Amino acid sequence: MKVTEKDVAHVADLANLELTEAERGPLLRDLNSILDYIDRLNQLDTTGVPPMAQASNPYGVDPAKASREDVHEGLRKSLPHEAALQNAPDSDGTFFKVPKVIER
Amino acid sequence: MGFSSVDLKSLTIDAARSSVQARTTTAQSLAEAFYAKIENDDPRIGAYLTLSKDRALQQAKRMDSLAEKGETLPPLGGVPVGIKDVMATRGVRTTAGSKILGNYVPPYDCTAVARMESAGAVVLGKLNCDEFAMGSSNENSAWHPVHNPRDLSRVPGGSSGGSAAAVAADMAVATLGSDTGGSIRQPAAFCGVVGLMPTYGRVSRYGLIAFASSLDRIGPLTKTVKDAAIVLRAIAGRDPMDSTSADVPVPDYAAELEKPVRGLKLGVAKEYFGEGLDSEVRKSVEAAIQKLAESGCEIVPVSLPHTEYAIPAYYIVATAEASSNLARFDGVRYGCRDGDARTLSEMYRRTRDHGFGAEVKRRILLGTYALSSGYYDAYYLKAQKVRTLLVRDFEEAFRTVDAIVTPTSPTAAFKLGEKADDPLAMYLADIFTVTADLAGIPGISVPCGKTKENLPIGLQILGKHFDEATILRVASAYEQAA
Repeated sequence: MKVTEKDVAHVADLANLELTEAERGPLLRDLNSILDYIDRLNQLDTTGVPPMAQASNPYGVDPAKASREDVHEGLRKSLPHEAALQNAPDSDGTFFKVPKVIER
Repeated sequence: MGFSSVDLKSLTIDAARSSVQARTTTAQSLAEAFYAKIENDDPRIGAYLTLSKDRALQQAKRMDSLAEKGETLPPLGGVPVGIKDVMATRGVRTTAGSKILGNYVPPYDCTAVARMESAGAVVLGKLNCDEFAMGSSNENSAWHPVHNPRDLSRVPGGSSGGSAAAVAADMAVATLGSDTGGSIRQPAAFCGVVGLMPTYGRVSRYGLIAFASSLDRIGPLTKTVKDAAIVLRAIAGRDPMDSTSADVPVPDYAAELEKPVRGLKLGVAKEYFGEGLDSEVRKSVEAAIQKLAESGCEIVPVSLPHTEYAIPAYYIVATAEASSNLARFDGVRYGCRDGDARTLSEMYRRTRDHGFGAEVKRRILLGTYALSSGYYDAYYLKAQKVRTLLVRDFEEAFRTVDAIVTPTSPTAAFKLGEKADDPLAMYLADIFTVTADLAGIPGISVPCGKTKENLPIGLQILGKHFDEATILRVASAYEQAA
């Protein structure tokens, strides 16, 4: 077993997940079985091989075009306030509302 | 002016458009005929999540008035289509198959959807998929599974299961899907339709709800190769809203289909015909390769030696990117929120706990683990290096061949529930498709026969970067010869 219950709790914490007891057991089992399979990557010697984050760069996406001059109003105008807030679970009409962050 | 279901069955893009153009029907009655078909048949299949009738009928009316004035309709004028529910549609609920976006109504359109509509398409509605496009069977939809129209006891494939099923069941002439590890091509194979994944960067990802940004692509599912060519032309090309979209000229793909395939070199890699390949699938694919040889293609053995490492590399890269992309679902700006939480941190956790399904949590955890301190080099960096090796495999092969032909999936459609409890077995369903995602190259799946149980089999054709024209041409030659 590579991953322990403690690891699952730690990673869940990093990912902002809580997970019930009932979820943790199967997840622990699945992660270990998947990581066991993934371990076959270690059969490969990758010394001197550069990592690839994006496959497109050498093939047409010109890095010079990936960045551009600033456009004052953006490529598309900002959404009107109302439209930006219409999907908010909670708002006061001006801002998104969330539970209190700082206790005084 | 009515359309019987027989008419819908044989209806291609050109046939639909020209009948609207010639006023033998109207775009409105065509859309209505599709809605009637959906109402009648979809309860058994489950392809649609949301119908966009107002939007569809308005667009249909616009197309009818163009036709009435005798103006030439655009390439998809009046053609009823469906959109995978991972693409944002202004004013039309977009859930990504997830409870966490159960009430999300986007304030903007995905570029590919906007381009479909500019080309005249009538968007009937949004199509079911695995939650956040994570899955190979569509069983991870938070709403309901999709049944394969060719055999209702079987899965349609995934994650674009609704997109494939809608075309197969004649509930849309064409649909858009998305492919991150095989999610267009594998369901196309399972449902017996054509599915095209374009080159990374060929189609803008703006408005596509992100799963793994270095892999995600939008592409068409259609009844014919020509239809895939027509849709690709409509959606392809540089979009300033996606800095990874490429400024590469977009050919007239449908015209390219006319060119002969004689003399083209097609690679066959032994790594795609090894252990785990179903014998009936092997037989059909080999017969298809024989047909292509008879059409004048030269069959050349090639080797892609790192193929067996593609699945492990993929499940690190994809989940790592997903864990980052899905951090935005926190119950603040859109989607659902757990309202009982007393602190901000508790609100985030409960919202995500209740909003995400099991597979999404599994992948977020795996990706977070692979990126976490102490494991980054061993997993994420290692997978990125293996990705380089996979790309080099293809570069080497494409020095000698114009395209590579393989099976799309090692088996035909499996039964609903068959792999639902074994995530690793499910991941292995993507074994022939993930390589092209990692390498950024285009791939198409075209139907190539059926099993004894009458289940469709898919032939996959992989091509060079930005050379969709060649794989479409080969697919079309096979389609004509078969």
